Amino acid sequence: MIAFDEQTAQRVIADFPILARPTSRGKRLVYLDSAATSQKPNAVIDALDTYYREYNANIHRGVYEIAARATDEFEAARAKVARFINAQPQEIIWTRNATEAINLVAYSWGAHNLHAGDVILTTEIEHHSNLVPWQVLAERTGATLRFIPVDGRGELILDDIDRLLEGVKLLAITHVSNTLGTITPLERILPKARAAGATILVDGAQGAPHLPVDVRALDVDFYAFSGHKMLAPTGIGVLYGKRALLEAMPPFLAGGDMIRKVGYERTSFNDLPWKFEAGTSNIADAIGFGVAVEYLEALGMDWVRAHERDLLSYAFERLAPLEARGLAIYGPKDPARSSGVISFNFADIHAHDMASILDTEGICIRAGHHCTMPLMDKMGWSATARASFYVYNTAADVDALVEGLEKAARVFKL
Amino acid sequence: MDDFYRDFILDHYRNPRNQGHLDAPSASAEDLNPLCGDRIRMELDVRDGVIRDVRFSGQGCAISQASASMLTESIKGMRLEDAAKLSKDIVLENVGIGISPTRMKCAMLGLRVLKSAAIGEIAGWPDEE
Repeated sequence: MIAFDEQTAQRVIADFPILARPTSRGKRLVYLDSAATSQKPNAVIDALDTYYREYNANIHRGVYEIAARATDEFEAARAKVARFINAQPQEIIWTRNATEAINLVAYSWGAHNLHAGDVILTTEIEHHSNLVPWQVLAERTGATLRFIPVDGRGELILDDIDRLLEGVKLLAITHVSNTLGTITPLERILPKARAAGATILVDGAQGAPHLPVDVRALDVDFYAFSGHKMLAPTGIGVLYGKRALLEAMPPFLAGGDMIRKVGYERTSFNDLPWKFEAGTSNIADAIGFGVAVEYLEALGMDWVRAHERDLLSYAFERLAPLEARGLAIYGPKDPARSSGVISFNFADIHAHDMASILDTEGICIRAGHHCTMPLMDKMGWSATARASFYVYNTAADVDALVEGLEKAARVFKL
Repeated sequence: MDDFYRDFILDHYRNPRNQGHLDAPSASAEDLNPLCGDRIRMELDVRDGVIRDVRFSGQGCAISQASASMLTESIKGMRLEDAAKLSKDIVLENVGIGISPTRMKCAMLGLRVLKSAAIGEIAGWPDEE
């Protein structure tokens, strides 16, 4: 039996207004798609509302009161996000999302540091966002891609890691697989990559929301993540970069706010982090991101991780009896090695049909290739259904999922 | 949506009609729904402007596969030019029940591929015409 912190969980649920809204069929909303995007607590929604109602103004250079307040809140949010991952505020670049953060590195760092014949090492479990930018960069520079392979349980095979790392200029690796929930063993890979002289980028889109992250302890050069998967609004993400690297990199986008002095022929660029933030930033959503990480810090990322482990353990326990009836669960079935994701198929019920049937019960899951088409091809899956957990999920949501699977079995006359 | 999966739909999903390939198709087309990865191929044997035989292949959800299976039964003996002009209604009549907007593309994939084969170029989505 698993000891849930039910009291904290109920308090968390009360903070998310959408969870109190029944579906059009009058069902309780059972939201199991947080790996796609998380729900937002009142604190974040209120922060957006307050910004627009009370101090909406453009940041930097404004001399009047509300512009000063907007600037202060915007930069305070940066400091909060920096503290959340143990970085300095100058090392936090606001982007639209993790994808844009990775593209920033590919275009700015990549275009000036990668040359024909250089090797980019990545893995077979990456989201398209940490694969396609490197394919494009390789095409442009003549660099080549190399892959750390994945085994049938969705875990990386590290037997040949020393050989794979030979001559690698850049390691681009995910922290957590969005399709399988696999937590990549960064502690085993990154020191070797460092010793091999590689620059290291970690895609933290599924890492930062679910695991305690310390970029200094991890010793990564770049860490990319999105606000919307960790209680913040959509449209705001972060690139963390080591200061020395960011200072040596040319700007990504050019325009206003990223300049120091502009002449008709020549321009000198602003200091970090603003050198990489051309044009008016996403002020409200950055402020919302700051509030979101405060919310997570108040819960404690150790609580978040423990809560998801409890949920995974309970889910594996509840789902086990269905395996004899054709339920296939993909990825590591060990809560210690997995982060809040269960990818599955049930007998001959296609994942999209499963998602449609669960939807009639108010249960939100994702179905398809999860933006990891090469992984799906390699595993021989045309589609999987994916349930993913976050801070506001409880044992009742797992129970609802199991009942939903029973209903799907009835509908499909299994 | 759960009442979509009636016995004859599940039967077409699990025992698809006219599944496979023709030895020498006179027209064929293949397409996938990039949103979900469903894939369908249609092969036609056309003589004197009439569809004499048809085979389909592919993979995907019950809606896409059953809709394609039923469509192959509807078009045997049909003039190719008439097949090219088919609207979404034939699919909706075959399934006989409303399809939610999020799953409409699944249902229409087979018809889109059939029309592509009939006109020799990629056809539009029948539900958007």
